[in-house]
Amino acid sequence: MTGARILPLAEAVAEHVHDGDTAAFEGFTHLIPFAAAHEVIRQRRRDLTLVRMTPDLIYDQLIGMGCARKLVFSWGGNPGVGSLHRLRDAVEHGWPVALEVEEHSHAAMANAYAAGAAGLPFATFRGYLGSQLVDVNPNISFVTCPFTGERLAAVPALRPDVAVVHAQRADRAGNVLFEGIVGVQKEVVLASRRAIVTVEEIVDDLRPPSLNSVVLPSWTMSAVAEAPGGAHPSYAHGHYARDNAFYKAWDAIARDRHTFTAWMAEHVAGDDTQVDAR
Amino acid sequence: MDYSATEMMIVAAARALQNSDVCFVGIGAPSAACNLARLTHAPDITLIYESGTIGTKPDVLPLSIGDGELAETALTTVSVPEMFRYWLQGGRVSVGFLGAAQIDRFGNLNTTVVGSYDAPTVRLPGGGGAPEIASSCAEVFIIAKHAPRTLVNRLDFVTTFGHGEGGDHRARLGITTAGPTLAITDLCTMHPDPETRELVVASLHPGVERTTVEERTGWPIRFGGAVDETPPPTADELDVLRDLNARTDRAHIQT
Repeated sequence: MTGARILPLAEAVAEHVHDGDTAAFEGFTHLIPFAAAHEVIRQRRRDLTLVRMTPDLIYDQLIGMGCARKLVFSWGGNPGVGSLHRLRDAVEHGWPVALEVEEHSHAAMANAYAAGAAGLPFATFRGYLGSQLVDVNPNISFVTCPFTGERLAAVPALRPDVAVVHAQRADRAGNVLFEGIVGVQKEVVLASRRAIVTVEEIVDDLRPPSLNSVVLPSWTMSAVAEAPGGAHPSYAHGHYARDNAFYKAWDAIARDRHTFTAWMAEHVAGDDTQVDAR
Repeated sequence: MDYSATEMMIVAAARALQNSDVCFVGIGAPSAACNLARLTHAPDITLIYESGTIGTKPDVLPLSIGDGELAETALTTVSVPEMFRYWLQGGRVSVGFLGAAQIDRFGNLNTTVVGSYDAPTVRLPGGGGAPEIASSCAEVFIIAKHAPRTLVNRLDFVTTFGHGEGGDHRARLGITTAGPTLAITDLCTMHPDPETRELVVASLHPGVERTTVEERTGWPIRFGGAVDETPPPTADELDVLRDLNARTDRAHIQT
């Protein structure tokens, strides 16, 4: 098996995230790969289908910078604060680019990642009963259990072109350790054709704290890149806490198109980067 | 002792939880109510957040459902697919505690859009865990501020199925759990009518007039045969809630 290559983040993104890809940047509140997304913004990727249970600030930024044409998601707010204004502006007004939406519940997406990791064509679970999401999303269907006759929900497996996640550390062979709220990190990597993992640090000894720690072998990933602080303003357990003050401040930054683009130019993209409104 | 309508709402919601409950906690008001219960009459309650934390005991209210303190104080933290498959769908949760942007008389919830789905006036966050929380937990409690734009005659979108069109609608869809059994607002508490499943006022908070409830409800709301007065918050309940909120405010302004 070929192991993941340890690369600078810019090279990992250049090699593995392409225009038009279906890309899943995951991390359930914790370990959200902001540094990698900022590199995607700087490299001006376009027409991405962005998959993520909770779009969070990371997709507000990618959508607001015009990187996405479609969003697959299950909860699109700023947790505990309010709306994702760039997501709303794209859905409600098509700015800077019209955004197609495929909307699920958390249970559906979690099951769809697990089905992708398991190599199954679809996921089945007890859900969506009575919900109008069934009427607006053609990727929600139902199957009948052949043994009990129970009607169960079915959604296609998620098989992204590329997964992008963050973790606490990797060793020099590219094996990766996740700790704390592990979300769907393992499932999305195993469900995707390629995977980039950013880590807080690359170390000689991975030091898994338990025999059952969440560790992904190097050969399940394409590239590992060191990106200290790469999950900020989300957090990396054991390294830094969630920047709740920034999540609150983002509401005012993202509410207005000009404030948003100015903030992104100053902090992420560089002053020469323009948002392509189409 | 003076208290606000919101404090009355959180206290009334907390009292509905029992020490033996396993509760799936939504963010915001549900989280405040569940932690107040844990810090007062229900010290052994098991609180579960959808980020995978089981038996969590946060010292401050989390801003998100996945703040680090939830994992640090949890008995165990599982993956999100495991949370939804084994713990929620597996039938291990006794109460799901939900908020919503819109609620109708049968406890159906909208967290998706105001206006039409394809051209919404307001794009709301979406369903998250709620559709399956409402069908897989043994019962569901709903908490919301009482306003005409929240308690509406007709939902713009049914994100989460409560009692549908009422009566035995849940059973007809093959749902075996009880669904919404209690709704708490800053004016009153409501239970579904045993036959029609329409939410009916069970108790009015102290000082609240029936006309106020009628004015702030989007459908012609009914009152139960014996409408009680909700017991006001005790000094202890208010002290614990205010300490919790003060700790939370201090924690969230730090970076």
